[in-house]
Amino acid sequence: MRVRDLEVGYGDKTVLSQVSLDIYKGCITALIGPSGCGKTSFLSTLNRLTDHSDARVAGQILFDGQDLLRDSVDTLGLRRRIGMIFQRPNPFPLSIRRNLELPLKEHGIRDRQVRYRKIEKVLKDVGLWEEVSDRLDASALALSGGQQQRLCIARALVLEPEVLLMDEPCSALDPISSGIVEELILRLRGRYTVVIVTHNLAQARRVANYAGFFWMTERVGKLIEFGLCRHLFEAPRHALTAAYVSGARG
Amino acid sequence: MSWIAKGIVNRTDHRLSMMLAVLSAGAALLLTLIVLFLIKESWPFLSSRWHSGSWFDWLQYQGWYPQENRFGMAPMLLASLAVTLGALIVALPVGLASAIYLQFYANPKVARTFRLLLTLLAGVPSVVFGLWGLTRIVPLIALWQPPGASLLAAILVLSLMVLPTIALTSAAALASVSGELLHGGIALGMRRKTQILHIMLPAARSNIFGGVLLATARALGETMAVLMVAGNVVQFPAGLFDPVRVLTANIALEMSYAMGDHRASLFASGLLLTAMVWLLSWGSYRVTRNGREAGQYG
Repeated sequence: MRVRDLEVGYGDKTVLSQVSLDIYKGCITALIGPSGCGKTSFLSTLNRLTDHSDARVAGQILFDGQDLLRDSVDTLGLRRRIGMIFQRPNPFPLSIRRNLELPLKEHGIRDRQVRYRKIEKVLKDVGLWEEVSDRLDASALALSGGQQQRLCIARALVLEPEVLLMDEPCSALDPISSGIVEELILRLRGRYTVVIVTHNLAQARRVANYAGFFWMTERVGKLIEFGLCRHLFEAPRHALTAAYVSGARG
Repeated sequence: MSWIAKGIVNRTDHRLSMMLAVLSAGAALLLTLIVLFLIKESWPFLSSRWHSGSWFDWLQYQGWYPQENRFGMAPMLLASLAVTLGALIVALPVGLASAIYLQFYANPKVARTFRLLLTLLAGVPSVVFGLWGLTRIVPLIALWQPPGASLLAAILVLSLMVLPTIALTSAAALASVSGELLHGGIALGMRRKTQILHIMLPAARSNIFGGVLLATARALGETMAVLMVAGNVVQFPAGLFDPVRVLTANIALEMSYAMGDHRASLFASGLLLTAMVWLLSWGSYRVTRNGREAGQYG
């Protein structure tokens, strides 16, 4: 995925400009930076979730050789290939099974046996199978916060996407659940391309291969530095990055 | 200084809270008095049931012949229920469709106008609905199946009256579903139809149900409009085109000349209606509260 000169604005206010970066296949890319500097806006351009707000998006996002910002792009198909996990777990108020079945049915998987096999596989993938296999028909809202978030990850994975966008997936969870979800993200490395927004620098450092640092300059969010995660943390090229990752600013 | 100011605030606050307490206690007291009054006035009817030991003889059909002490309310109770159910069957799909349109499809300007129209419709006095039904609906049905004044006419008029309640409460219920759920559906590449049918409606269902119960209570208690179009013959409705008399209409029609046990029986039917409406309102309160607790995250 190649992002070129991306600009996002709401009304006449520009919140993000001149963002260019490459997202590498099978790697985890972490986006760090203080609140309000456009990281979440950036993330939601990648699956065109911005279509559903009053956001203006300009620039180019090449995915599989195509500019996914073009009007002609089939957004429903795109979102099947690019899944998203939100800050707060948002399971549907349905049973655990229905939560996973609904997207499968929506994308044309009619055979119930196939659906059940996929559901079992994905629940094992996120480590929920042992915890919930005896109550698949119970409400998903009865699960704990961490379990709900893992269910949401399973719900995205069940469509077998290529890319997974995660918007601070651990910030609404307690430390133990957060740890479990983080381990899960690590296990996804190599199999999926993951872009994760996080406020937790230590977490970014633990999970990511690449990292991008966003910062507000003149009230507009900008990508200050992008590169290998290790380099960004250990040998930042930019003074702002150095100050932020060392905790001196931000 | 600050402790003085605090004292003054506390004193006015205290006075205000006392006043509010007295006012709400007054309202509650009035309500209790009304029920007590209903019980007192229907007492001759209730106590004669008590003495004869046949508590539910008014449910067995022996006709409504007050002069002969035969108070068979069953046909009218059934007519009330049939009219209410019929009105809901007509108004629920239309109301729900309106709510979905308002919430997900209409552009803001159209939605605002539509919402205003629904609110105005809710504010039309019931006697006006009755007039309209009497002069438009009833003749129309009479052309097809005389006499026209019938269960069907009552259902049609009443469904129009409860439509705004259902549409507006359902729209509010859908609006209160967290946007995070909608985004969850969008991010999974779901079509709008699926988002609405399989995510938003299930998430809002208990609040929608609460609104429907409120509409039911309103339909059950409606008197004037139904009285004007239903034909008011005391009989079990055998078909949609039969004239029927509902419990509320019966009270309104006969109260002016009823005496003794007859009068008491009318009060008793009022008590019965009140109990039914309260039960529905209580049910509505329960399901919406449960909906808030279980359904949505903040």
